[in-house]
Amino acid sequence: MLKHRIIPCVLLKDWQLVKSINFSSYRTIGHPVSTARIYNSRNVDELIVLDIDASLGIDEMNIELITDIAQECFMPLTVGGGIKTISDIHKLLDAGADKVSINTIALKDINFVTEASSIFGSQCIICSIDVKKVQGVYKVFNKAQGLLDIDPIVLAQDFERHGAGEILLTSVDYEGTLQGYDIELMKGFSNKLDIPVILNGGMGKPLHGVEAIQNGADAIAAAYIFHFSEYTPNDIRYEFLKHDISVRILN
Amino acid sequence: MGNFCSVQKSFERNNSNVIVSNDHKIIMNADKIVLPGVGSFRDGMKNLTNLGLIDVLNEEVIENKKPFLGICLGMQLMANTGYEISKTKGLGWIDGEVVKFDFPANNGLKIPHVGWNNLMIKSNNLLYEGIPDNKDFYFVHSYHLQLNEDVITGMTEYGYQFVSSISKNNLYGFQFHPEKSQELGLAIINNFINL
Repeated sequence: MLKHRIIPCVLLKDWQLVKSINFSSYRTIGHPVSTARIYNSRNVDELIVLDIDASLGIDEMNIELITDIAQECFMPLTVGGGIKTISDIHKLLDAGADKVSINTIALKDINFVTEASSIFGSQCIICSIDVKKVQGVYKVFNKAQGLLDIDPIVLAQDFERHGAGEILLTSVDYEGTLQGYDIELMKGFSNKLDIPVILNGGMGKPLHGVEAIQNGADAIAAAYIFHFSEYTPNDIRYEFLKHDISVRILN
Repeated sequence: MGNFCSVQKSFERNNSNVIVSNDHKIIMNADKIVLPGVGSFRDGMKNLTNLGLIDVLNEEVIENKKPFLGICLGMQLMANTGYEISKTKGLGWIDGEVVKFDFPANNGLKIPHVGWNNLMIKSNNLLYEGIPDNKDFYFVHSYHLQLNEDVITGMTEYGYQFVSSISKNNLYGFQFHPEKSQELGLAIINNFINL
């Protein structure tokens, strides 16, 4: 049986591992390579690495750092942030990424999704969508452009049609808050897509992950809970098991 | 394609000398041959054809019987025919076809099949030495092999049971990614290195 994935997400800024709250107030919390090593030894299901400076266009993608991180990963590694061209994807895959997460370029030019997925395969292309709720309505948010007047579900369906393999769905309002995932957002996505949705933003305790899966998430991503609490990915696995959610159990 | 790097790294972690190459001479001098690959069946065959690798592979793998490991698309390409994008002739080493997951409408199963899923070992072979039955391995694919000959070593359930690994003489194929499946995956690669 296919397992629901629990995916730690690490944010890079100035070559360091940071944690954000609502996409700002970054705090440095360690070195990304040693963090990747720990996650590998804990047999996490996958790892997502997002380069914040690169995504804001402050820096180029940090290929050397990604190479070092990938050396530690014998699980699937997704890298995002600052991808602007097909050649950028080539560079990240050559550095050891298995998938890439694209956002700004896909918002600018949907045909980039088509081109990337036809070259690298859909399984390689994750489209990330950041969402903010404004006056009761969910809208797409972009770090560089701010709030956009786009319905996230329509955008996700558009990405799917153009060849995206997965959607990484992040609630900016819930991100870093520990209050749980945006379940209402997830419910809206349920049965709307034929590709998997990874829900991100807000997990503060293992039960939050259960709620996400029960409301339609295929996989969950989280950062804060692993960096700042005593919970490990294994605690979430056991919580899933208690609720009869299929999850990878290691011996 | 793209995942050469992961495969290379997993061999190096097992202290094996690995060269990523499309050079005929290097392939002819190799002890063993690995064909990884994600991407489409059509483009995979097109690339092998354009690089002039089909004859070299036939000679080294089928005639000279060098141990061959096909991973994901690399396994699928061993079949007679693939149906991804358009009907395409494969290497024809295994009597079978590569078809898309076919589910009834609204059954809730997503395509691609991506994530960790159980490998049910159906027939033991040297590469499964020390691998317990029913463990999770990492999959990411939308198409799978449908066989007309019994070379199955493993099956996996996603909507229905599909072929997740095969072996025939010197040929080994995995639909999942051993290079991305942590300790047990690396153990399979180590078994291949030690053949």
